[in-house]
Amino acid sequence: MFSRQSRRSMLAFGASGIALTLTLAGCSGGGGGSGEGEDGNVTLSILIPSDEATVTTFDALIEEFEKQNPDITVETETRPGGAEGDNIVKTRLSTGEMNDLFQYNSGSLFQALNPDQTLVNLDDQDYADKLAEEFRTVVSTDNGVYGVPYGQAMAGAVLYNKTIYEELGLEIPRTWDEFMANNQAIKDAGRAAPIVQTYGDTWTSQLFVLGDFYNVLAEDPDWAEKYTNNEAKFVDEPALAGFRHLQEAFEADFYNEDFASALYADGVSMVATGEGAHYPMLTFAAQQLAVTNPEAFDIVGTFPLPGENAESNGLTVWMPAAMYIPKSTEGAQLEAAQKFNEFMTTTDACDIQSVTIPPQGPFVVEGCELPEDVPAMISDMQPYFDEEGKTAPALEFLSPIKGPALEQITVAVGSGITSAEDGAAQYDEDVKKQAQQLGLEGW
Amino acid sequence: MTTTTTRPGAGVAAAGEDTGPGRKRRGMKSPYPLWFYMPAGLFYVVLFLIPTGASFYFALTRWTLFDIEFIGFDNFIRFFQEQALVQGFINTFIYAFVTSGAKVVLGLLLGVLLTSQIIARGYLRSVVFFPVLVSTIGVGVTFKVLLDPFDGLVNQVLGWFGITGPGWLTDPAWALMSVALVDIWKGIGLATLIYIAGMVAIPQEYFEAAKVDGANSWKNFWHIILPLVRPATTTVIILSLIGGLRSFDLIWAMTRGGPGFTSDVIASVIYKQYQAGFYGLSTAGNVVLFIVVAALIVPLSAWLNRGEKDA
Repeated sequence: MFSRQSRRSMLAFGASGIALTLTLAGCSGGGGGSGEGEDGNVTLSILIPSDEATVTTFDALIEEFEKQNPDITVETETRPGGAEGDNIVKTRLSTGEMNDLFQYNSGSLFQALNPDQTLVNLDDQDYADKLAEEFRTVVSTDNGVYGVPYGQAMAGAVLYNKTIYEELGLEIPRTWDEFMANNQAIKDAGRAAPIVQTYGDTWTSQLFVLGDFYNVLAEDPDWAEKYTNNEAKFVDEPALAGFRHLQEAFEADFYNEDFASALYADGVSMVATGEGAHYPMLTFAAQQLAVTNPEAFDIVGTFPLPGENAESNGLTVWMPAAMYIPKSTEGAQLEAAQKFNEFMTTTDACDIQSVTIPPQGPFVVEGCELPEDVPAMISDMQPYFDEEGKTAPALEFLSPIKGPALEQITVAVGSGITSAEDGAAQYDEDVKKQAQQLGLEGW
Repeated sequence: MTTTTTRPGAGVAAAGEDTGPGRKRRGMKSPYPLWFYMPAGLFYVVLFLIPTGASFYFALTRWTLFDIEFIGFDNFIRFFQEQALVQGFINTFIYAFVTSGAKVVLGLLLGVLLTSQIIARGYLRSVVFFPVLVSTIGVGVTFKVLLDPFDGLVNQVLGWFGITGPGWLTDPAWALMSVALVDIWKGIGLATLIYIAGMVAIPQEYFEAAKVDGANSWKNFWHIILPLVRPATTTVIILSLIGGLRSFDLIWAMTRGGPGFTSDVIASVIYKQYQAGFYGLSTAGNVVLFIVVAALIVPLSAWLNRGEKDA
């Protein structure tokens, strides 16, 4: 028998129970925490994304860097990718808690960091002269250049299984209609899922839209500028095509059965093993391929996302991520960070990067070359890079505006929840918020 | 039971704390000197009043963490234009009412079961309460694996019986309900605990008197237990409704509001805006959430507690 008093304490206990369980889990620890040792040794702390390929590469780079600079010890801290990672980077920068050096995207995401106020200008450094021009523009503001590249440029394209293409006697499609015809043939053969989609990792759903940008520019060379000035919209052609394709492919039932729950790694494996025929993806998938299906290096090839017109068919290209030094880095750490950046622009660093993990495309540093034996996924891209006008930068490198909700919208369109037109209209609204947040004129 | 004097409007904070007899005589002069209140008052001002005031200000700005620009009510206008928000509001209410209702009904039934003379009662009581103690994120991740449409245990077991289970978390029609079910599983222990506490406090004399009058167990339940556990019901409803309205962690761990926007609730919409760097906008969203929860809970709490005084 409980007395009245003990009933109350039960209630109090219950309430404290709820208070405890409602406390949000998962706050990440603070950054920094590096310092100068007693014997003049400097510890440099670098914040990097937590994916396996990046971590492995940095381990190799750091090993060589420490060999060349015995008085510097480098530590890495990892962060999640995607929107969560963006948040961590922004919060740390604004609170002055950023590590001594960090790796982050170039282009529009870099612009959103407010670089003039938060990052160290590298204009006066000799190594900054070695950057390729097309890369320099995506890590610069009017006031200076802020980053050195990590990795190589890459393309957003269709990864495809060459064995399936050979067996069914298919040609690489140059237009969307040819592509859909190929998909139908693959579906009829019953051999594989014509198109792989992996909405378990929502970011993978964006490729139909983002990778189609070469085709948008082919129709309207000034599209990016108009878009930045609030004059061009995704609800209108040619930009609507990306959303439309996503819907058409869903309605034709070309996706793998488990498209709603499959993950990025599953998607790469499916193309490698022939469970799937096409996978619209960034060519950094070569790294995932090396981890899970190295035997398929020559089986997985690449072609650009096809548009309306066979003559104007080319690759949409992404510039590599970059290393940045926050303004909060000072003294010996700053010196060490500059040394690390300089090291990143040497051929030593390039060679380590292309040996440790398969390259995803050409380097953007003077004097850096790809090795001879690259995966088919990469060598298939070379003709487009060699020919003038066959590549175009992705939208995020031509305009500072990228709406944050694109991945949810493309999942909704690709799952048949939202129509292409509604999805594109939603994205236009999303873009508007970002433009206003950036304080752009005309929004 | 009837001595409980939770003030209307005091909400959860008062529901759980010990309401001493001093509360009743609010008109009387306080027995403590002013300095006695200072430490608690200071904490309250620094940790609650100032941030709340600041958030009302930041809700009126376009804030990048680096710059602040005052833009009046634009954030609120934009927030209500948010396409995910209408869906988010509907989902939030569905989620809150479904989980709250289920916790009341199931908690009451389990409470009756676990106060009856059954074998291993103490053990069963702790088993029911156990999910409450597990981290929400852990529960979310575990169920995400269990509910995987192809490799998940749930659909594999259903498969043995020839049933093709739906994509619990990937089918737009199921996603929100699947998360709500897990929430109920996780929260039921607390509701049961509160009900058990309420039930064991009912004096046995009532049951003895009813027995003399020839009442069966159904009448016992309907005419004795149900009216007398009313304060417990009030507590369960308010706690679970507030929990449901502001629920975020479980939804985020299991679906991230997906597929698309189909299982987004207000809290996840706000979180995504914060993630995207729309700090002013998401603060405005939090102000809206605060007002919505207050507008719902204050009258509800007043209404539930008014009835209690008559009991």
